[in-house]
Amino acid sequence: MQEPTHGGPRRLVHHVRAGDIEHGGLASAQIKRQLSGLGVAPQDARRAGIIAFEGEMNLVVYSTNGGTITVTVSEKLVDIEVADEGPGIEDIDLALTPGFSTAPSWARELGFGAGMGLCNIQANADWFEIHSHIGSGTRILCRIERRRHDASGHRPTTRT
Amino acid sequence: MNLHEVSRLLEGSILTESRREDIEIDRAYAVDLLSDVLALTDERTTLITGNISPQVVRVADILNVIAIIFVRGKRPSDSAISYAETLGIPIIWTKKTMFETCGLMYANGVRPCKNRPMAAPEG
Repeated sequence: MQEPTHGGPRRLVHHVRAGDIEHGGLASAQIKRQLSGLGVAPQDARRAGIIAFEGEMNLVVYSTNGGTITVTVSEKLVDIEVADEGPGIEDIDLALTPGFSTAPSWARELGFGAGMGLCNIQANADWFEIHSHIGSGTRILCRIERRRHDASGHRPTTRT
Repeated sequence: MNLHEVSRLLEGSILTESRREDIEIDRAYAVDLLSDVLALTDERTTLITGNISPQVVRVADILNVIAIIFVRGKRPSDSAISYAETLGIPIIWTKKTMFETCGLMYANGVRPCKNRPMAAPEG
């Protein structure tokens, strides 16, 4: 879904259902295409697509009631927010450790649960924040500086 | 090697109708876990996988993967094949194992794609 704007930043909002494995990933593929259509460089659209996909599959596999992916595109930035209302992450540092996963067996059988989801999100963002509280949910905020990607650059992380 | 040559080498079939047999397959990445696929940094790679979940073609789309090879006789759904068709991503289907597929392709000049470096194991 693309909300109408008048020359300012464009805001794309996608709702994702919990447990909907059949459609999981479609929103992210659409986001990548929408960004390309808005003139975002292919490299940046790809990075945004990866962030959105990992966020989307986290909503499908882990969230209680699904959640929302909101992408805001401005002249210099692509901001991506992935938000749900629970269950929340118990130990964020552990969740950010490559290889750590709490994916249920049904998700692992489908090829999820490599424990790289949040790492991939972080690696593709120029700026990354994660806020999560048991019972109230998780909010991941990512920023891509358009066409200024440096794969080896340091990317600050905030967690609460 | 081009797509047609790879398909013959693997005794496979090209499942997509717009077969794009002339596209060059020079790099590949073999994996079943989707998050590992998403760690790929190389856009011109071919994906070798035994994972036939609906997400595989979506991931390939997001990453600009140029072709997908499904191994171990794992056949993707018709809807996944149609989706790949609309995206212009050709699909090869082979009964060979992932190990055999990789070995044959490597022996015929296909090389690993560049990937984001992972942390070295401890010890």
